[in-house]
Amino acid sequence: MKSIIAHNLVKTYRNGEVKALDGLSLDVEEGTVLSVLGPNGAGKTTVVRILTTLLTPDSGSASVAGIDVIKNPEKVREIIGLSGQYAAVDETLTGWDNLVMFGRLYHLGKKASMARAEELLERFSLSESARRPIKTYSGGMRRRLDLAASLIVQPKVLFLDEPTTGLDPRGRQEMWGVIEELVKGGVTLLLTTQYLDEADQLADDIVVIDHGKVIARGTSDALKRQVGGERLEIVVDQAHISQTLEIVGRVSGAHASLDEGLRRISAPVTTGSTALVEVLRSLDEAGIHPLDVGLKRPSLDDVFMSLTGHVAEDDTALEPSGKGKRGKKEKKGRKEKKVKANKKGNRS
Amino acid sequence: MNALKDALIITKRQLLQLARVPEVLIFSTIQPVMFVLLFRYVFGGSINTGQPGGYVQLLMPGIFVQTTAFTLAATASGLAEDMTKGLIDRFRSLPISRSALVFGRTLGDGLLNIVVLFVMGVAGYIVGWRPTSGILKISLAFIFLLAFGYALSWVGIFAGLSARDARVVQNMSFLITFPLTFLSNAFAPTTGMPRALQYFAEWNPVSTMVAACRELFGLKNQFGATAGSFPSEHPLTMSLIYMVIILLIFVPLSVRKYNNANKK
Repeated sequence: MKSIIAHNLVKTYRNGEVKALDGLSLDVEEGTVLSVLGPNGAGKTTVVRILTTLLTPDSGSASVAGIDVIKNPEKVREIIGLSGQYAAVDETLTGWDNLVMFGRLYHLGKKASMARAEELLERFSLSESARRPIKTYSGGMRRRLDLAASLIVQPKVLFLDEPTTGLDPRGRQEMWGVIEELVKGGVTLLLTTQYLDEADQLADDIVVIDHGKVIARGTSDALKRQVGGERLEIVVDQAHISQTLEIVGRVSGAHASLDEGLRRISAPVTTGSTALVEVLRSLDEAGIHPLDVGLKRPSLDDVFMSLTGHVAEDDTALEPSGKGKRGKKEKKGRKEKKVKANKKGNRS
Repeated sequence: MNALKDALIITKRQLLQLARVPEVLIFSTIQPVMFVLLFRYVFGGSINTGQPGGYVQLLMPGIFVQTTAFTLAATASGLAEDMTKGLIDRFRSLPISRSALVFGRTLGDGLLNIVVLFVMGVAGYIVGWRPTSGILKISLAFIFLLAFGYALSWVGIFAGLSARDARVVQNMSFLITFPLTFLSNAFAPTTGMPRALQYFAEWNPVSTMVAACRELFGLKNQFGATAGSFPSEHPLTMSLIYMVIILLIFVPLSVRKYNNANKK
């Protein structure tokens, strides 16, 4: 049975100027995890807000656990949990205060609310900080508390909107652990993320969205196959760029692309470290000493490059802190450079 | 009555906030008490009121009204903060009545006003304020003040829901409430103001409230309200009318705004 169905959702902001969703459809099988992957501004949050009854779409339909989101929002609210991009808890209050308050608002009795708060704090390793104001919590702790607040009534369907954006690596790891536990418990989960590895780790299925539309759907393996696995990245002196492009292109058997500003040459590889060793050997024979070298797992940029042929709209999407300061022009410039580099690689 | 229960939980949240950060309550009572002392001792000596018992008799009703009006800023900035921090979204995704959050908030503000008015009343008594009308009318005056504060907190709710930033809305609220409370008969006779301002001061809801309270506290002197006009002849009626108008406008506006919150 499908637990979440969205059909042809359209949502525009500012009187139609901004199209957040442009006929987006998706569905999630009961008890599975779907990750909605996309850069900033792709429409991820808008989908979540519509499915959680916070927003009404301009057109299209949606249901959660068989209940129509637009016609029966009150019913939907009773069975869902939502944890958003911000930790939406009262910062002046303690973790305990917050969970008890939300328990009461879910109409658990006083005793039941307290028992549930205790249980959730324990489960999310927050018992020790339960009596401290949220203000004093770390980012990871806040997110965990926020997640706990969305689990008070054991929702049938859970929505997590970028649960790890802005967290440090440790916070992310902890959050992943918590989410994995939840998934084992059999909840239906829709998770949005900017990180491919997050989707990879947590989701059964992934939909990639861009400009308010689904541009790809599949398991993470299938998507990765499409993306082409790992990328080899090498930074060299200006003088050795063309030679290195040739070597990398030959070893990888694919188009080596160049980021001129960073003097970084990269290409998709299928043989991983073997390719790395081979490239290094060839470079050594040619007397070229790379300044930096590495194997990179496919990033969102790579997914976008291979799926859409353009770089993710927000270049800094992978940096949680950076809010995309680069102008579009620069991005375009980069794109063109990549194309040029490819051509060069072809000729030689 | 789940809606009422939900609202009360929101009210309780506000009280818990005060318990966790008691400084907020302390400063929100110290400020009006400071006003009492400043006006009583700085202006009291130089304003000749012809009022038995002195300036403080006229001052206290003015300060009471001013204080209830100032709570609007706290309401507004509190709500604006909930908005920007995403808390409103969480509340809106809960299976609770959509008006519970705003309704509960106004109740909490009402409770806060009770505490503040009480402390001010005591402070006033210490510096010589002696209402003479008897317990019934005095109680009625305080109920009137609470009702006025309640009506205004709906204005604060609307301002808070409309704002993008808590600090902006706080400053904005003061920009409205400050002139409104001073362009009135609260602290000085309106007869000294330019003609246009006098006219404004006369119809100002703050003035009618202050005049109504003075009447209920047993004062004859209406401190400069020119005789003959409707608001100065019927301050109680006029104040009631104002409250009803404020509620009729801002309750539906606020509830609608809340339901559409973040729909930009």
